[in-house]
Amino acid sequence: MKLRRRQRERLSLWLQYLAFIAVIAVAIYAADWGRLREAFFRVDIIESMFPTIITVALRNTILYTLGAFAFGLVFGTILALMRLSRVAPYRWVATAYIELFRGLPALLVLFLVGYGIPIAFPEREIPGGVFGSIAIGLGLTAAAYMAETIRAGIQAVPKGQMEAARTLGMSHFTAMRTIVIPQAFRIVIPPLTNELILLTKDSSLAYVLGVTAQTIEVTKFGRDTLNDRVNATPLLVAGLAYLAITLPLSQVVRRLELRYAKAR
Amino acid sequence: MTTTQPRPAVEIRDLHKSFGPLEVLKGIDFEVGHGEVVCVIGPSGSGKSTLLRCVNLLEEPTAGKIWVDGVEVTDPDVEIDSVRRGIGMVFQSFNLFPHLTVLDNLTIAQRRVLRRGRAEAERIARDNLERVGLTDKAGAFPAQLSGGQQQRAAIARSLSMEPKLMLFDEPTSALDPELVGDVLTVMRKLAEDGMTMMVVTHEMAFARDVADRVVFMDGGVVVEQGPPREVLGAPQHERTRSFLSRVLDPTHVAQLGQPDQAPEPPEPPQLPADDRHNV
Repeated sequence: MKLRRRQRERLSLWLQYLAFIAVIAVAIYAADWGRLREAFFRVDIIESMFPTIITVALRNTILYTLGAFAFGLVFGTILALMRLSRVAPYRWVATAYIELFRGLPALLVLFLVGYGIPIAFPEREIPGGVFGSIAIGLGLTAAAYMAETIRAGIQAVPKGQMEAARTLGMSHFTAMRTIVIPQAFRIVIPPLTNELILLTKDSSLAYVLGVTAQTIEVTKFGRDTLNDRVNATPLLVAGLAYLAITLPLSQVVRRLELRYAKAR
Repeated sequence: MTTTQPRPAVEIRDLHKSFGPLEVLKGIDFEVGHGEVVCVIGPSGSGKSTLLRCVNLLEEPTAGKIWVDGVEVTDPDVEIDSVRRGIGMVFQSFNLFPHLTVLDNLTIAQRRVLRRGRAEAERIARDNLERVGLTDKAGAFPAQLSGGQQQRAAIARSLSMEPKLMLFDEPTSALDPELVGDVLTVMRKLAEDGMTMMVVTHEMAFARDVADRVVFMDGGVVVEQGPPREVLGAPQHERTRSFLSRVLDPTHVAQLGQPDQAPEPPEPPQLPADDRHNV
């Protein structure tokens, strides 16, 4: 019997559902749930991590991330404008910086900032201590990435926008600040969100600076607890803590994009 | 100025403009009197838009001099921002600021450039929106407007700066035919109010009815100019006649099988990325 087109398609769809369910069922059946629960879901360990995981670790992760993002955004915007400048040395410096810092691991840069700056300027301290070092250390790398994103955003704003602004008598700087850059930032919201999420996870590199009980962040807290209790449950909790940041963040950005959609 | 005579609104002397090896303007001499409406017509690539863009220095002339209201804009030391304050410009593609409401589009330059207070800027903006028939669109974003409404808002934005001279660069070329009339009506009213206007256009009826003078350009030079009834009604030059016949009666020309003598204008050479926003 020959099947008609719609029957064939429906059959193919059901077969795919079945295969999918089968794979999951096998995985569930084959896994040793008792041992898994023992290794990753000890309720007493989860309870012992609260409230510190929220009040200290998560709070610090968010602070480090926002600090690095703010630093990177400001510095990255400056680099982007330098890349687009008429002044040739600005372009050279910005290009060299971007190439250099995109090529170095964030861990290395963090080390250099955390230990290099105190050696170079023994009289001075980085403002904000660990927070400042992380904001600058991670921000330096993030700025290199963001600079290229922002530059692309600025160049994606139609040339007529700058012309219209200049025609109204605005200076190049005023036109950039009030007309071009606000539009560029709307364009680069999605890639900048990516950068923010990457930074959230990179903030776990803070451990190389030797964090204390007060400056500890989520990953380090999870690993310390893991070592104390000789159990992997803290890793699960730490993972959920990151998702507690990144998932709502995606939602917020989606809202933001919708709100700007009519003003594009 | 040593002359006792008042200078014209726009004075152009031996203007040349090249894009790389391509010479677009080959020596233009040209004047616009105060309160005069001049329509510049001509085939694509004849340099009429470039001429207009030289007047407010969106394009830097290669050689020659331009005065606007007695101020030499081609002087390397000219305060170009303050000169541009007195020159409104309307673009083919409107170029409204899409991230701002119509009202903010009209007030932002008033506030940032003329340092007007919010209340005064908004009052002037609303007056000008009324002038172009968009009173009810103050709170809308440009993307929510039709092309014709966007272009009228763009005209109102320029007028809010109270310019002495208005430049129009093919203001209706990007519009659907049924929306052209609204924009031309606004421009006609503006002309009747005594605004000095330089209009690059393909709207021959507008040129005939509204212009004090029509200038026909071809190949980077002014071929002929004069009152509309002369240039459009009884053109002296063969090039003008052939252009007008092609514009006014395109199907007839096609039947004659004449080769199209006006190739598409070469794109101006792509500027290096670094210069894009250094207008």
